[in-house]
Amino acid sequence: MTSSPVHSLQDRPPVPGVGPLGWLRANLFNGWGNALLTLAILWGLVSVVPPLLRWGVFDSVVTGDAAACRAGDGACWAFIHEKLLFILFGTYPHDQLWRPGLVVLLFIGLFTASCDRRLWRRWLAPLWLAGIVAMGVLMWGGVFGLSAVEDGLWGGLPLTLGLATVGLVVAFPLSILLALGRRSTLPLVRGLSVAWIELIRGVPLISLLFMASVMLPLFLPAGVTVDKLLRAQVAFILFASAYLAEVVRGGLQAIAKGQEEAADALGLGYWQKMGRIILPQALALVIPPLVNTFIGFFKDTSLVLVIGLFDLLRTAKTSLSDPLWHGFYREAYLFIALIYFAFCFFFSRYSRWLEADLNRSRNH
Amino acid sequence: MSEPAAPIIRIEGLHKWYGDYHVLCGIDLEVAKGERIVICGPSGSGKSTLIRCLNRLEEHQRGRIVVDGIELTGNLRHIEAVRREVGMVFQHFNLFPHLTVLENCTLAPIRVRRQPVAEAKAAARVLLERVRIAEQADKFPGQLSGGQQQRVAIARALAMKPKVMLFDEPTSALDPEMVNEVLEVMIGLARDGMTMLVVTHEMGFAKSVADRVLFMDRGEVVEQAPPASFFTNPRSERTKLFLSQILSHTGVPKNHG
Repeated sequence: MTSSPVHSLQDRPPVPGVGPLGWLRANLFNGWGNALLTLAILWGLVSVVPPLLRWGVFDSVVTGDAAACRAGDGACWAFIHEKLLFILFGTYPHDQLWRPGLVVLLFIGLFTASCDRRLWRRWLAPLWLAGIVAMGVLMWGGVFGLSAVEDGLWGGLPLTLGLATVGLVVAFPLSILLALGRRSTLPLVRGLSVAWIELIRGVPLISLLFMASVMLPLFLPAGVTVDKLLRAQVAFILFASAYLAEVVRGGLQAIAKGQEEAADALGLGYWQKMGRIILPQALALVIPPLVNTFIGFFKDTSLVLVIGLFDLLRTAKTSLSDPLWHGFYREAYLFIALIYFAFCFFFSRYSRWLEADLNRSRNH
Repeated sequence: MSEPAAPIIRIEGLHKWYGDYHVLCGIDLEVAKGERIVICGPSGSGKSTLIRCLNRLEEHQRGRIVVDGIELTGNLRHIEAVRREVGMVFQHFNLFPHLTVLENCTLAPIRVRRQPVAEAKAAARVLLERVRIAEQADKFPGQLSGGQQQRVAIARALAMKPKVMLFDEPTSALDPEMVNEVLEVMIGLARDGMTMLVVTHEMGFAKSVADRVLFMDRGEVVEQAPPASFFTNPRSERTKLFLSQILSHTGVPKNHG
C-alpha cells in the first residue's frame, strides 16, 4: 500500500501469462502431458454431458401420467411428482402430512441455528432438546388435540433425519465420555470403555441392527416389547458412540501434556480441566474426521430398511413397486441421492467454515 | 529478615523413582515464608522433579511433603488445596491457546476461587499491568512473543494469589533477547516478598535475588548456601565442576545452556 511507485515494478513477483490465453496455457496446456490430459477430459465431458442433459432435461416428462412417460425417451420426473409425498413422508396418514413436513422444517431450522457460534455456550443443548421433544410430539401426537400416529407408520425424510440426528446428538456426548474413560487411570472405567468400543467397532452395523430387531426381543421377558424404531435408534447410538469415541480420543492424544499440567497446577478439577481446557482444543482439532463420521452415519441410516423401517431409501423403493409406475428406478434413486447430497454437502461446507472460523479467532 | 515460626514448605526424606530409576534420593528441605531459593544442577539431577513434587504434578513414593500446613498424599482434596496456594511457571509457558490472555488469567480465579467475573477481570488487568503487557489482554497467546507469553504465564499464576511460586526453567525456552524481560518481572516479584523456588541456570538472577542457592546432582542436594559463598567458595567438588562448566572464563555468568 505504502510502497513507492518507483520500486513497485521491481518489487512485484513476476506475472506468468496474462489474459485468458495466458491462463489456458498456464493451467491446461502446460506441457505435452497436461495438454493430452486436458483433451481427454474435454472429450469425456462432450460425450457424457449432452446425452445426460437430453435425458434429464430436454426430453424429460415433468407432468403427465405413466403412459406419457413411456411414450417419451427422457427422464420421467412426473413419477417423482406423483410419488413425492410418499417418498418424503412414507405411510404417514395423508390428512396429517403437515406434521412430518413441519418436522423436516424444524430440523433444517435447528441445523441452521446451530451454525451460529454465539448460541453454542448456553443455548445449543436446550434448543436441540426442546426441538427434539417438539418433533416427537408432532410425530407421535396424542396430545394437544393431535391425533395419535404410531411410529410404525412413520417414514421417509423425517425418519432418516430423526434416526441420524437423535443418534448423533445422544452418541456424541456418550463418545466423549467413552474417550475420556479409555484414557482414565481407573482400571474399571478404562476396561469398560475399551470393551464397549472394541466390541461394537468389531461388528458390522447391519448385524447390530439385526441383533437389535431380532435377538433383543428373545431376551426380554414375555409381554415386554420394545418399539422397533427405538431398538434401531439404540443400535445406531451404540455404533456411532464407539466410532466417535475413537475420533475424539485422537484429538485428546494430540493435546500437549503441558496443557493438562498447567490446568492441574492452577487447581482446576478434572471436569473443569477437561471441559474448559482439553476438550475445546481437542474437538476443534478433529472437526474434519468428526464431520466425516457424521456424514457416514447419516447415510448409514439407509440400512434400517433391512429391519423393515421405512426410511428415505425404502420409501423410494416402495413407490417403485406401484404396477402403474413400474420401472422408473433411475429417477427415484437420483431424487433421493440428491436429498442425501444436499444434507451432506451442507454438513461439509459448514465444517469447513467452522474450521476456518476457529482458526481465524486464534490467528495461528 | 525476621524468621517466621513455621516453614511454608517442609520436605522430609523425599524419594522418587521413575520405574527403576532413582530420581530423588532422600531430599530434606525447609523453605521459610518469603524465602527465595534458586535450584541449579546438571540436567537429569532431579531439580525439576523436585519442584514438580511440590504441587504433585509428580507423585513421590517415600517421605513427606507439607505445604502451607497440608501434607501431600493421594488425597485429592489436599492436592487441590495445595495447588490453589502454589503457582507454577513452566519452561514452555503452557498457556491455553484457545483463550485470550485475559481469559487465561481469569479462568482459575473464576472457576476455582469462585471470584465474581468483574472482580477477576479487574484483578487480572492489574496483574497484566504489573508484568507490563496490559495492552495485549485481548490477544491470543499465539500472537505474542515467547517473552510476552512467559510474562502472561506469570500473571496467570499470580491471579490465584498464591503463597508460593514455582518456576521450572522459566527462561530456558526463550530467545536470548527475551530472557531479561522475564527475569525483571521475577526480580520485581522477589522484591515484593513472594516465596519463590526457581529452577534456573541464570546465575546472575541467583546472585541478585536468591537467599539460598541449592546445587543438586544425581537426585541429592549436594550443597546449599547463600549466593555470595556459593559462587565464591563452593565446598564440594561436584559444585566446583558444575560452576566451572556454566560460568564463562571471565567469571561473568553465562546465559543458560
